[in-house]
Amino acid sequence: MKNNENGMPMKNPLSLQIDLAKFAPATEEEKRQQDVMSESSSFFRDGMKKLVKNPLAVASMIMLAIVLLVIIFAPMIVPYGYDQIISVEGKRDKGAKNLEPFAWSEMEQAYIDKGGKLFPHIFGTDAMSRDYFIRCVYGARVSLFIGLFASLIVLVIGVIWGSISGYVGGKTDLIMMRIVDIIYALPDMLIIILLSVVLDSILSSNNTGIVARLGSNMISIFIVFGLLYWVGMARLIRGQILAIKSNDYILAARSIGARPGRIIRKHILPNCISVIIIATALQVPSAIFTESFLSFVGLGVQAPMPSLGSLANAAREGLQSYPYKLVFPAVIICLIVLSLNLLGDGLRDAFDPKLRK
Amino acid sequence: MLLALATVFIICAITFFAMHAIPGGPFNKEKALDPATIAALNERFHLDKPLLTQFFLYLKNIAAGDFGVSLKTGRDIGAIIKESFAISAKLGGIAAAAAIVAGIILGCIAALTRNRLPDRLIVFISTLFTAVPSFVLATLLLLVFSITLAWVPVWSAAERHYLLPVIALAMYPMAYITRLTKTSMLDALGQDYVRTARAKGVRRLLVIFKHTLRNALIPVITYVGPMVAYILTGSLVVENVFTIGGLGSKFITSISNRDYPMIMATTIFLAVLMVLANLISDLIYKAVDPRITFD
Repeated sequence: MKNNENGMPMKNPLSLQIDLAKFAPATEEEKRQQDVMSESSSFFRDGMKKLVKNPLAVASMIMLAIVLLVIIFAPMIVPYGYDQIISVEGKRDKGAKNLEPFAWSEMEQAYIDKGGKLFPHIFGTDAMSRDYFIRCVYGARVSLFIGLFASLIVLVIGVIWGSISGYVGGKTDLIMMRIVDIIYALPDMLIIILLSVVLDSILSSNNTGIVARLGSNMISIFIVFGLLYWVGMARLIRGQILAIKSNDYILAARSIGARPGRIIRKHILPNCISVIIIATALQVPSAIFTESFLSFVGLGVQAPMPSLGSLANAAREGLQSYPYKLVFPAVIICLIVLSLNLLGDGLRDAFDPKLRK
Repeated sequence: MLLALATVFIICAITFFAMHAIPGGPFNKEKALDPATIAALNERFHLDKPLLTQFFLYLKNIAAGDFGVSLKTGRDIGAIIKESFAISAKLGGIAAAAAIVAGIILGCIAALTRNRLPDRLIVFISTLFTAVPSFVLATLLLLVFSITLAWVPVWSAAERHYLLPVIALAMYPMAYITRLTKTSMLDALGQDYVRTARAKGVRRLLVIFKHTLRNALIPVITYVGPMVAYILTGSLVVENVFTIGGLGSKFITSISNRDYPMIMATTIFLAVLMVLANLISDLIYKAVDPRITFD
């Protein structure tokens, strides 16, 4: 019997016996065909790849990165404080009110002529002789901080409430969701204004500890968000959990004795993480919106601390003479909200599997 | 229906108890009044009764249209609301109509010119305007068109110029309706019955108006409720910016004055309006689309 190159016996073409050549080891070239051509990709990396291809999302990420860099590093570079009244050589500069961008007051000009060095007022100064650029920077800081922290509160309460309601089901679910329905039906902005008025009066009467540091208004914004805005998130999470709960791997986990808390944490939440991220990303701009609205109405952060809304509100008084004072904070709010919105949309397109084409 | 009633009741309760949680009664202000006067005032406003009784008395009064008197001006709040709401309602009504009409038209144009220049432009504008808070838009409009360019005069009691406030109020809902109409139009245009109609030789315009638009507008109806809420809250700042003496600016003034009965009355009034708007848009939605049933 003849053997082929692999050492296997050649088959007689007319024989009905098994063709042993078919069981020969694969050649090197054939083996290489089995290699994975592309690198393995995780869900997260896959989503990021999609996100990077979306020009709007990339532009908004760059925008946000610039804003973040400025609000982190500008206070280190600019030698003015947000509540610091401009003074030259230790003397209060009375002429430094309402300066135009990059302008100097007389005292400052005299100081520079003498050879002194001063940092320019990039956005000018406000009516109380404070550097407006640094106020805008701190305003953006406050607004972003409120946006992020309020979204975090919403996220935590919403996820806990939604997952309990969705996982336990039955009467618990019914009662918990009726509560959500009622809070959802409340006109949010009105209740926020009302609660801000009330909480402001209550909190400002005991000025101690954290209330004194953050200001009663900011605390009341957080309380209000914690009370009202979690319902949307809770509904979303509950829906996700109901959909995931019926999967076989949940049944498997339960049958080997995993506790509900562990199942929710280890098996359910990781599977709806994309929805959670997207919803949180879209919550941030709406929190910033709300904060600036409240500040504009006069219920925002405590003076002298600036926020973008209160800066815009303060700018209304001298609108005719100093329009740029409105334009700067207004443009910053719009840029932040727009880029967060676009980034949220981009995240949804990249991470929500239901929208995959 | 039941939920709407429950919501109204809860709003009243929240407002009432929240206001009563504020430390300090309305009469211990600057001047020290003699005890007899305070007792008389307390009796006049039922402040000597238990809180729960006060609450139900308040509910009864509201149901009869009696909101009490303003602490600041001493005028009857019902009358203030009535006259200032007339202005706000006109402003809000025009804004809502403008938002719906312009939103639907732009949405249709965007859907019909999909991925071409008009669509791109409309999408860009509507994305932009969802990021501009109404107070920013209002102040910028005032700055550019009233002050710098002086095209449109500033609002005064004698001459009412609705153009700028309406734009400031309507832009956000318009942008939203545009997006809503566009997606539902695209959805409807892809349906089989549209293809059938076109295949039968029905003219393109007729297909758009008779077959597509009628179905595409259903989602817009559901947005009317939230839109009313948005316009009402938006009017708080927009009226303030343009110094229009409507309900919104009355509300803001009462907040900065800490005029509690006025705050309470306006909150409840506005909240009931919003809940009603939601209820009505839900009911219309159900009537228009027989596929929808509420459980």
